[in-house]
Amino acid sequence: MQSAERSYNPLTILENALPKLVVAPSFIAMMVFIYGFILWTVYISMSKSTFLPNYDFVGLVQYVKLWKIDRWYVACKNLLIYGGLFIGFCTVFGLLLAIFLDQKIRLEGAIRSIYLYPLSLSFVVTGTAWRWMLNPGLGLERLVREMGWESFSFDWLVNADMAIYTVVIAAVWQSTGFVMAMFLAGLRGIDSSIIKAAQVDGASLPRIYWKIIIPSLRPVFFGAFIILTHIAIKSFDLVVVLTRGGPGYSTDLPATFMYEYAFTRGRLALGASSATMMFMMVMALIVPYLYSELRSKKNG
Amino acid sequence: MRKKMALLVSLVAAVMISATNVVAGEVEVLHWWTSGGEAAAVQELQKMLEKEGHVWKDFAVAGGGGSAAMTTLKSRAVGGNPPTAAQVKGPQIQDWADLGVLTSLDSVAKAEGWDTTVPKVVSDVMKYDGSWVAVPVNVHRINWMWLNKSVFDKNGIAYPKTWDEFFMAMDKLQKAGVTPIAWGGQNWQEATVWETIVAGVGGNDFYKKALVEADIAALKSDTMVQCFEVMKKMKQYTDASAPGRDWNLATAMVIKGEAAVQFMGDWAKGEFTAAGKKPGTDYDAVPAPGTDDAFLFNIDSFIMFDVKDADAKKAQSAMARLILSPAFQTVFNVNKGSIPVRSGIAEDPFDMIAVSAMGDFTDTAKSGGLMPSMAHEMAVSPAIRGAMFDVVTNFYNSDMSAADATMKLAAAVEEAKM
Repeated sequence: MQSAERSYNPLTILENALPKLVVAPSFIAMMVFIYGFILWTVYISMSKSTFLPNYDFVGLVQYVKLWKIDRWYVACKNLLIYGGLFIGFCTVFGLLLAIFLDQKIRLEGAIRSIYLYPLSLSFVVTGTAWRWMLNPGLGLERLVREMGWESFSFDWLVNADMAIYTVVIAAVWQSTGFVMAMFLAGLRGIDSSIIKAAQVDGASLPRIYWKIIIPSLRPVFFGAFIILTHIAIKSFDLVVVLTRGGPGYSTDLPATFMYEYAFTRGRLALGASSATMMFMMVMALIVPYLYSELRSKKNG
Repeated sequence: MRKKMALLVSLVAAVMISATNVVAGEVEVLHWWTSGGEAAAVQELQKMLEKEGHVWKDFAVAGGGGSAAMTTLKSRAVGGNPPTAAQVKGPQIQDWADLGVLTSLDSVAKAEGWDTTVPKVVSDVMKYDGSWVAVPVNVHRINWMWLNKSVFDKNGIAYPKTWDEFFMAMDKLQKAGVTPIAWGGQNWQEATVWETIVAGVGGNDFYKKALVEADIAALKSDTMVQCFEVMKKMKQYTDASAPGRDWNLATAMVIKGEAAVQFMGDWAKGEFTAAGKKPGTDYDAVPAPGTDDAFLFNIDSFIMFDVKDADAKKAQSAMARLILSPAFQTVFNVNKGSIPVRSGIAEDPFDMIAVSAMGDFTDTAKSGGLMPSMAHEMAVSPAIRGAMFDVVTNFYNSDMSAADATMKLAAAVEEAKM
């Protein structure tokens, strides 16, 4: 009786439906503009599209072509090098900086801001600044040589084999501060009574960090990994500004490859197939990790 | 009485003004001429159209050497709302015409005699199925070598005419402590030098076979191996900071005398002029070694979309007519640093480099040395051009052998053709 009465009251109906109504527009927008277009891209990657979309289905031809292009292999190899080193260095440096800052030092606020500051720059600014610093005729190499060390050489930026590492340097410089801030927040959240108990038991400081503090930062590692992975895979602006994909195409990444083929070469379908491959790479990495993290949390 | 008369006059005037307004159509023009001289040059067209009573709706999209503008154009065209005219060049004109969205300009062309004033090699690019669908605006010559005169004079070196002389001169200059070649290490600049070498080493017929027809046999040939070898040989005469360098910074090296030569199209002249340098006294431009009888051209053009509105159509024809009118050809090209695309233009307002290019343009149009530039999107489709760029830039920036590069080039072009 009571429930029937409730459902006939227009106000309560509105009250029940309101949250759904409010969320609906953004839900629909997200479905169309994210998931709808992912599906559209996948379809285009199996079409005959050249410089405009064309809906004639041709199957997996574009993927076969894609995996025959040397430049695509270079882009994938670069993503592995860049992504691996970028995530690794950012996590290690971020964690170390956070631990050092957590030692109740003087001027902590100022130092924290200094490390966090690069984050407020866009990758375009970072790329330009590092391009000048790493240019042998302008920056570091010239400076050291003018100070008297004539044989000093640091030509990674213009060396096709090493140029991808300059992208790592610039990206790590920019993102380490952010990871540090995440770890610092994690460290502050650890119950100090656990640490005190360990100290009473006579555990050394490194041992406390290794056995207690770092393992309890697990959710922070998880967050940092997810954020850094997607920064690495969608990296585009930094490469465009720092090396322009060069020398040659030695610093090409999948994102720059996709842009080049889809928008400047009139090969939309091939570009879409490379975008789909990028999407699958993200899925292959993130899904198992997400699954194991979320399941262990439920169990724990 | 006099008052009445005045009223009548102003009324007639008002009617006339509104009458011209009725005739006036609007042209929406998509282009990417946004920097100093170029923007001034395109404004001349706007003024001329407005003088005839039409309305110019500017639709400038800057960035990416036109690729941003192309992306915008595609989305507008796919949405069924293309602009009246758009700056599109080379083989892409055929792609747009294939879609059946362009309007024929044959009536204007006939009335204005375009077929007699514009060289056939150029009109072939502008025509689809034998009818005009695009209007050429200007001509840039690609195969120039820019030289710092005092660097050559000081070392007692004459301007090289052949590749042997060129490399001998480079040796001397290197010993004298100058960077011989100002190199811009970006793929399009490397491709620009490469296509100049292909014309210079292989000759005009080879250039046409390899870079215009994308003939696989020519791309695989020994001549192509030689071209790659010449390109690699240049590397020892460049400086370590070359990778990634913008073309205008390379030009600045020649202007300051830090470097002796640069291979670049005639837009480099603008940098010399801006630095207050005079051709013939401070700097010179000569055709690259072996390319005296070749003229690699880069031509900007406008395609005209099929519009329904009758007034807009009138404005569109007026725009097409004005672009190739002698008055606009002169004022635009003097501003932009290029040369007119049609014959019958007085040479007086142009500088000596433009005048020599104008002479060569007419001569090579007759001799067959007038050829579209591959690097500047005039010769082959964007897909093939991209494939060539990849091989050339990867070859130059790695220790790949010239023979390997030749095989890779043929394979990449074959893949892009499919």
